[in-house]
Amino acid sequence: MMMLTSAFRDSSQVTKLITLIQTVADPLADKWGRPLQIMEVCGGHTHAIFKFGLDQLIPKSVEFIHGPGCPVCVLPIEAIDQAVIIAEQPEVIFTSFGDPLRVPGSKKSLLQAKAQGADIRVLYSPLDAIALAKNNPEKQVVFFAIGFDTTMPGIAFSLLTAAQQGINNLRFLCHHIRLMPTLIALLAGEKVQLDGFVGPGHVSMVIGANAYQPITERYRKPLVIAGFEPVDFLQALYQLILQLAQDRCEIENAYARVVTAEGNLSAQRAISTVFDDGVDSQWRGLEMVLGSGVKIKECYQAFDARQLLNSTVLPQSSAEIKDPDYCNAVLMGKLKPDQCPLFRKQCTPENPRGALMVSGEGACAAYYYYKGT
Amino acid sequence: MCLGIPAKIVAITDLANSLALAETAGVQRQVSVAMLTLQGKTIESLVGEWVLLHVGFAMALIDQEEADRALGLLAQMDPDSQ
Repeated sequence: MMMLTSAFRDSSQVTKLITLIQTVADPLADKWGRPLQIMEVCGGHTHAIFKFGLDQLIPKSVEFIHGPGCPVCVLPIEAIDQAVIIAEQPEVIFTSFGDPLRVPGSKKSLLQAKAQGADIRVLYSPLDAIALAKNNPEKQVVFFAIGFDTTMPGIAFSLLTAAQQGINNLRFLCHHIRLMPTLIALLAGEKVQLDGFVGPGHVSMVIGANAYQPITERYRKPLVIAGFEPVDFLQALYQLILQLAQDRCEIENAYARVVTAEGNLSAQRAISTVFDDGVDSQWRGLEMVLGSGVKIKECYQAFDARQLLNSTVLPQSSAEIKDPDYCNAVLMGKLKPDQCPLFRKQCTPENPRGALMVSGEGACAAYYYYKGT
Repeated sequence: MCLGIPAKIVAITDLANSLALAETAGVQRQVSVAMLTLQGKTIESLVGEWVLLHVGFAMALIDQEEADRALGLLAQMDPDSQ
């Protein structure tokens, strides 16, 4: 199987696909009088483009719009503020994936709270929070549950496991986002000009290729699901451009070794058991996205960390403290990261002004690390 | 955080809780395989299979035949004939 990984990085196949892409894309861009505008939804793809230098190889007739597919980048300031308030409670062990720790809140980030003494720990898996709760019965263990549909099943399954095992000192601070409502809001708002999507491989692994049907049927945008090796990504891009050239609009799956049409049904069942969806939510850079949020179901309220916020007044953050407006423009695909006047100057990974530079999967961090000076 | 990594299931460590040992690039760790049970496989038969791991969960089997098919299709493409 490791041979297969190397096969999906084979430079001769990369070269061949680049030639194929150019052969189809160049005449189409000439005909349209502009480059083809392709949105790669997932931050993992943004990174693959730059990490493997694909941006240097892909012809100028194809232009990427980096999509909103990094959940850390769209995490609202209020979510960080809630996390900090809970983490600073003396009886709490606050746990999280590593990515959100440096995202600025209105007063401080989780990393700053940790430096000031809060017990904040980075975990690889929400399952590890169960073990932590068992080993610390005198503490409240809280897990920061964020991410798109990829992360939700693991959180849901961990919550169900904790419920089955009668664990009563584990809670989840839930700020999940569902991808489809987010993409539909983007298309319905006509906020971006784009010709098609490279679909996210690992969200698709959960929700299945069929879930994208509204995008092709209602909004007439083709979508091809891609894996994360260079050959995977270029193969999907080629299929997408071929669709545009042939005036087709379909969902295609160029990552069939992992993604099926119906997705992972166990994962979907875990999500629907634990979460009510369709909650209108405010996301950083995207304003209100109708129906994109979720909340923990009433019957699992004992596991909802929001109860720990009951008597706390949240800081008046959102109206006063904002990311620079440039961040929103980058998130909407209207500005490339290196066109932002703050990029590499006032805004760096060491001193980020906005979440797109904080997250390892953010478009600005990808440009910073891989795109030279 | 959203990235998944391919790993090989090398042993079942806790049958009752669907936990297994997964290895990737020589590193082993315990993961949950509970979310693969709908794919028509017993947990024991996962040993030796490649899976896509995400935050401690095996979320999909990696289908070797599909991988071979994708590479086979690519091999047939000829840029000169476009």
